[in-house]
Amino acid sequence: MKKLINDPKAVVDETVQGFGRAHPDLVTVHSGPLFVTRAVGPARGRVALVSGGGSGHEPLHAGFVGLGMLDAAVPGAVFTSPTPDQIVAATHAVDGGAGVIHIVKNYTGDVLNFETAGELCEAEGIEVRTVLVNDDVAVEDSLYTAGRRGVAGTVLVEKIVGAAAERGDSIDAVEKLGRKVVENVRSMGLALTPCTVPHAGKPSFELAEDEIEIGIGIHGEPGRRRVGLEPADALTEHLVTPVLDDLGVTAGDRVLLFVNGMGGTPLSELYIVFGRAAELVAQRGATVDRSLVGNYVTSLEMQGCSVTVLRLDDELVELWDAPVATPALRWGV
Amino acid sequence: MTDLDAAWADRWLRECARVLAVHREELIDLDRAIGDGDHGENMDRGFQAVVDKLDDGPSESVAAALKVAAMMLMSKVGGAAGPLYGTAFLRASAAVGERESLDGPAVEAMLAAARDGIVARGKADPGDKTMVDAWSPAVVAAGRAADGEAAFAAAATAAEEGALATKPLVARKGRASYLGERSAGHLDPGAVSTSYILRAAVTAAVSEISAGGRP
Repeated sequence: MKKLINDPKAVVDETVQGFGRAHPDLVTVHSGPLFVTRAVGPARGRVALVSGGGSGHEPLHAGFVGLGMLDAAVPGAVFTSPTPDQIVAATHAVDGGAGVIHIVKNYTGDVLNFETAGELCEAEGIEVRTVLVNDDVAVEDSLYTAGRRGVAGTVLVEKIVGAAAERGDSIDAVEKLGRKVVENVRSMGLALTPCTVPHAGKPSFELAEDEIEIGIGIHGEPGRRRVGLEPADALTEHLVTPVLDDLGVTAGDRVLLFVNGMGGTPLSELYIVFGRAAELVAQRGATVDRSLVGNYVTSLEMQGCSVTVLRLDDELVELWDAPVATPALRWGV
Repeated sequence: MTDLDAAWADRWLRECARVLAVHREELIDLDRAIGDGDHGENMDRGFQAVVDKLDDGPSESVAAALKVAAMMLMSKVGGAAGPLYGTAFLRASAAVGERESLDGPAVEAMLAAARDGIVARGKADPGDKTMVDAWSPAVVAAGRAADGEAAFAAAATAAEEGALATKPLVARKGRASYLGERSAGHLDPGAVSTSYILRAAVTAAVSEISAGGRP
């Protein structure tokens, strides 16, 4: 294992401390228990947003703390959900009296820890609602699985819901908007290589030089099937077609197209994927109205990408365009 | 026969920490196959935190020891295992109540409460390839034993058999469920760690000397 780290057990702590030093104007790092808030105090009188999950997906989630997005982020160990004590402390720190929304990716650990924390916060008189993100079409959604995973679509949920909270929408309205975004967003990813969790010291799964894993999650877990080496255009189709089919994109639809890097794939390749994905959207008679390309929801140093499509309307476009000032997303300010 | 009292409960938790440290890599490998590879690391970290807390002084009762374990596991483990084991130990502590030591029926009641807590939080049924597949047969086996030590011995053996029986199953809960059919052919890491935890209770009962030594 070759990594730019010191002690494998100190990776998360050192990452978050360094992150805090890099962005003191935007965020404050709290230790014991660990969480990150905006540099400016709690959100008096408006709804606050807290998200969190395992580390290793940087810039998710702490990179999205700031004006127009999250009020707090709670980092867990690498690929491990944060614990309830961290989530409770973060929720307390940002509650401004109008309630707090937890944005949770649908993974069993995240769901259980946020659920436990939510119960503890409610017992202490803080109104907590949960928006569960489950955009991954690679996973069969049925009674017989834990349901679809929450992956890259989470960034779009956090941006749009954050804009609504920032302008002072009620907790009911913000929660309803969160569900609307979740209903209209779908993603699917692929991996060219696995990744190595620092404290595990070996790759999360085996993948031969001439194999590509289709339908991966973001925790180094394997996907649903493997294909051989194919050109980027063909691989992009493996992702875009199920996403558009599942979302039911038809002629006249307006969409936000998001190509997300898994951490180890150069931006140049992500743009090749974006170009083909945009063609496939156009072939259905739909319009790419907004776009995002880059490493936003990563899986450590994994090579690969995911494609996310969000169906837009005027309300979502307005909230997407609203000002945002976070370490990882910044415009309009 | 050893009393299953507060001192035993402390030995049990220390033995859990020792055994889970020994099996850390194995649990990581099992979890890499069908999950994300963090289970061994998380359980090791969680039970080391329990031991650190126990080092403050001996527990006053079985229930107090189990409650310390619950709170530390809930706040230190993370993942799905933290809330699940935390809930299990919390319910077990409540079921033990003010009993000074555990007989057979008390062990059965304690294990049943732990299993019910896991089922309530995780919403998994037997056969879903989760830790429930180790806890469920353990409760049934404990109910057939005469005394507390025999109840734990029967429960541990049943949990081991239950864990081994998860191998051919297709996961329907937890992260392994994302793999669908590809989850078959691997042991469930949570069922395996459950079997270690229950076996540790037996070790703590049969050997007052060796159990819980630092690895």
